[in-house]
Amino acid sequence: MPQIAQLADTYASQIFWLVLFFGFTFLVIGRHMVPKVMATVEARERQIGSDLAAAEAARKAADAAEKDWAAQSARQRAEAHALIASAKVDAARATEAGLAVAGRTIDGRLAEADARIAAARDSARAEIETVASEAAGAIVTRLAGISVDAGAAQAAVKEVLHG
Amino acid sequence: MHQFTIRPLFGTDHWALLGHNIAFTNSALWMAIAVTALWFFVFGGMKHELVPGRWQMAVESMTGFIDNLLAANVGPAGRKYVPYIFSLFMFILFCNVLGLIPLGLLGGKAQPFTVTSHFTVTGVLAILSFSIVLVVGFARHGFHFFSLFVPHGTPIWLLWLIPVVELISFLVRPFSLALRLFVAMMAGHVLLEVLSSFVITSTQSGALWGTVVGLPSFLLMIAICALEILVAGIQAYVFALLTSLYLNDAENLH
Repeated sequence: MPQIAQLADTYASQIFWLVLFFGFTFLVIGRHMVPKVMATVEARERQIGSDLAAAEAARKAADAAEKDWAAQSARQRAEAHALIASAKVDAARATEAGLAVAGRTIDGRLAEADARIAAARDSARAEIETVASEAAGAIVTRLAGISVDAGAAQAAVKEVLHG
Repeated sequence: MHQFTIRPLFGTDHWALLGHNIAFTNSALWMAIAVTALWFFVFGGMKHELVPGRWQMAVESMTGFIDNLLAANVGPAGRKYVPYIFSLFMFILFCNVLGLIPLGLLGGKAQPFTVTSHFTVTGVLAILSFSIVLVVGFARHGFHFFSLFVPHGTPIWLLWLIPVVELISFLVRPFSLALRLFVAMMAGHVLLEVLSSFVITSTQSGALWGTVVGLPSFLLMIAICALEILVAGIQAYVFALLTSLYLNDAENLH
């Protein structure tokens, strides 16, 4: 068995070269290169983690934005409804006021027109009385041949006309 | 057994350190090949790409494997041992696998040499691991580290026996660590050599023996070759696993 037969001759050489090569393996590969490889792995895992976190945050933000939007749209709809309602009330009130003004104007005009009609009727009636008394005077003069006093004729006509 | 023989390549006479001959042998050559291959393997995985390629993925899966091994057996404190355990595991793995390459098929004079089939080598690695366990254990816990020899729930009346048993099992660790790897490697290679000698000898003694003995031996050899590749990986894993378990004792006591 060479492991034992050659032990005395070769142990120093084997130990020396093993220490040398394993030392190189440990110092250069183990201490220097392996941490870099593992740092790459860690960086990747951190990146994946942060990406996932960012995606989660974005999802939450989107949810919140959607909720905000829904609340805002509901609020705006309510505002719009309130606005429409108040506009309706305003319009109704304005219409009412307009109608009232117009009604008052019309009433005024009607009253004026009534007054005018009444005046016209009075003057027409007065004229008719004058004409009728004159006519009655003329008729009496022609029929009876008596001249009637204008005042008496007028009183007679007024009596007949007004009962 | 000549496959385990150490042959000096150069520096036989005049290379010495403190009076010891440190000739560059085939063992040193295969260590150099293993370390170069390992360096090349890891270097190919250092591209720092966010989306890894195949090679980077392979290297990252190895570092991740060691990282998980230590995280599972030692916990968060095991992270700092990743460089050592990775070096240990990969060095042993590369030495084991490179020693299985059938270079004889190429027809040249080149022969593979399994560095880990020498207990001088596995012994140095085991002593290294054991020393780290001792240093870490005493540095972290001081003399309290000796409580490792009194497991939880030891009955009072067994206190004279259990620590002795625990101490022996603790002291046996470097030997079992070194011998397990060395024996597994050597046994596999010897088995392959014995079977191949069966194939050659029986074939030379005639067609009948060649069919009766040689052919089954050859088929068995194929199966055992596959088994040896498995063993090469498993023994490296066992060495790294046991070292991390011992480190767990040193880090966390019980």
